[in-house]
Amino acid sequence: MIEIEGLTKRFGPYTAVSNLTLTVNKGEVLGFLGPNGAGKSTTMKMVTGYLAATAGRVRVCGHDVETDELAAQAAIGYLPEGAPAYGDMTARLFLEFIARVRGFGGADAKARVAAAVEKTELEGVLDQPIETLSKGFKRRVGLAQAILHDPPVLIMDEPTDGLDPNQKFAVRNLIRGMAKEKAIIISTHLLEEVDAICTRAVIIDCGQIVADGTPAELLARSRYHNAVTIVLPATMQAGALMKIKNLASVATTDIAIAGDIVTITAFPRKNALPIEDISALAVREQWDVKELHAEAGRLDEVFRAITTHDAARTKASAA
Amino acid sequence: MKHIWPIFRREFAAYFATPLAYVFIVIFLFAMGAFTFYVGHFYDNSIADLSVFFGFHPWLYLFLVPAISMRLWAEERRTGTMELLLTLPVPLWATVTGKYLAAWAFIAVALALTFPIWITVNYLGNPDNGVIVASYVGSLLMAGAYLAIGACISATTNNQVIAFVVTVVVCFLFCVSGAPLVLDFFRAWAPLALINAISSFSFLTHFQAISQGVIDLRDLIFFFSLIALFLTANVVVVDLKKSVG
Repeated sequence: MIEIEGLTKRFGPYTAVSNLTLTVNKGEVLGFLGPNGAGKSTTMKMVTGYLAATAGRVRVCGHDVETDELAAQAAIGYLPEGAPAYGDMTARLFLEFIARVRGFGGADAKARVAAAVEKTELEGVLDQPIETLSKGFKRRVGLAQAILHDPPVLIMDEPTDGLDPNQKFAVRNLIRGMAKEKAIIISTHLLEEVDAICTRAVIIDCGQIVADGTPAELLARSRYHNAVTIVLPATMQAGALMKIKNLASVATTDIAIAGDIVTITAFPRKNALPIEDISALAVREQWDVKELHAEAGRLDEVFRAITTHDAARTKASAA
Repeated sequence: MKHIWPIFRREFAAYFATPLAYVFIVIFLFAMGAFTFYVGHFYDNSIADLSVFFGFHPWLYLFLVPAISMRLWAEERRTGTMELLLTLPVPLWATVTGKYLAAWAFIAVALALTFPIWITVNYLGNPDNGVIVASYVGSLLMAGAYLAIGACISATTNNQVIAFVVTVVVCFLFCVSGAPLVLDFFRAWAPLALINAISSFSFLTHFQAISQGVIDLRDLIFFFSLIALFLTANVVVVDLKKSVG
């Protein structure tokens, strides 16, 4: 539903987005990740027609954003960065304005606004000017505005920024609930969000895609993928470490001592699962195990590893 | 039209949602009255017409209209609502026109509220009401021309103060382009045809022509084409900014 082809944006000598190609299908929730200034927002602004691309093309539901802008924009619900809204309007008037601009009149507009308000739980603040609302409510007004016309494509720039944990949970549920029928792109800094709602994660850096896969695939790139952490009394440190190191499935180990306990992390050899070996070892040796768990991987670590600028540069020179 | 209406409605309501509208209207009416009665010596003239009143309009608009136009686009840019507005499925020309018409309608409301002075002259004497109607039409057209210039300049910046100051200067040049101040600058080197062209851009000349009571088609065409020109420029500026960022 969203086809991005060779998208490039230059601001003077600075290239914000460089030859980006990406397709998002119905049913996908794509998490757009990257450090600040990587080009996430710029890409979203080009997809929604706010910025004109320097090169490349974007099609939304088959409509070219450059040549058939209005049809493309009608198919998109967009939450811009910071959820801008007219502060002097009440939430109700603002949403009614959006409904009218999107071509809904009379009872239809009222029904659309009511449905969006219900989904974003805005009932309590409908008649307050938006500028007097808390950050969380403002964000939800922005969300309501974006989903009002039930668009096939949703593009949201940091939809949960500024929300408290309960609100984040509610918004994620809302997005998950709509996911089947839509193609959704969300940008975020919160890696846990990718785990929670995204079916696909794309990491960009320096305007280029540096990773593209399911969250599980990205996790598999982590050094911590299938790594095992075991917590033992500090007195057992030397013997235990030696025995774990000698296991065939273990490649390397980390050790950290805090007070009278020691934490040993065993990193697996390729495709090996040390959890079985280590738990068997612990039973055999009758260790006084305080804690034992295997990890799926750490997204933040993957993120750091592939968005250091060196990694992007290597990829650029390879391409 | 179906695109312009919601934009117009929102913009127009926005003036009255804040103190802006009331402050502006009060100052507008106060300034109009003060100039007419104290500077123009309305009563001392003992003539039942509003030429003194209308004579001050070009100069009052010079400051009051940019005060309205400066926020038109600059504020949208600064608060980020520009991004919301331009990603809605509305053609750019409709957004530009809707915002412009709302501001113009607001000025029309302020101008209409000067009606007591019309009643006053009719109470005091027998003025030529045809001339007064023509003057009101001319005044509104001139305000519209100032406003179109201001809207276009507002679109170039996100700083309202810059928008205000530049608009005042440009409007001033348009206003007095028939006066020596402007023409002498060109007289030394420009061909006569150009000088005539420049002097024909003078708002003052066209406004004075209308406020004589003669609504000449040429004056109407002048104001309407100037408005159209600057609104087109406004569209182009907003569109160019999409590429530049």
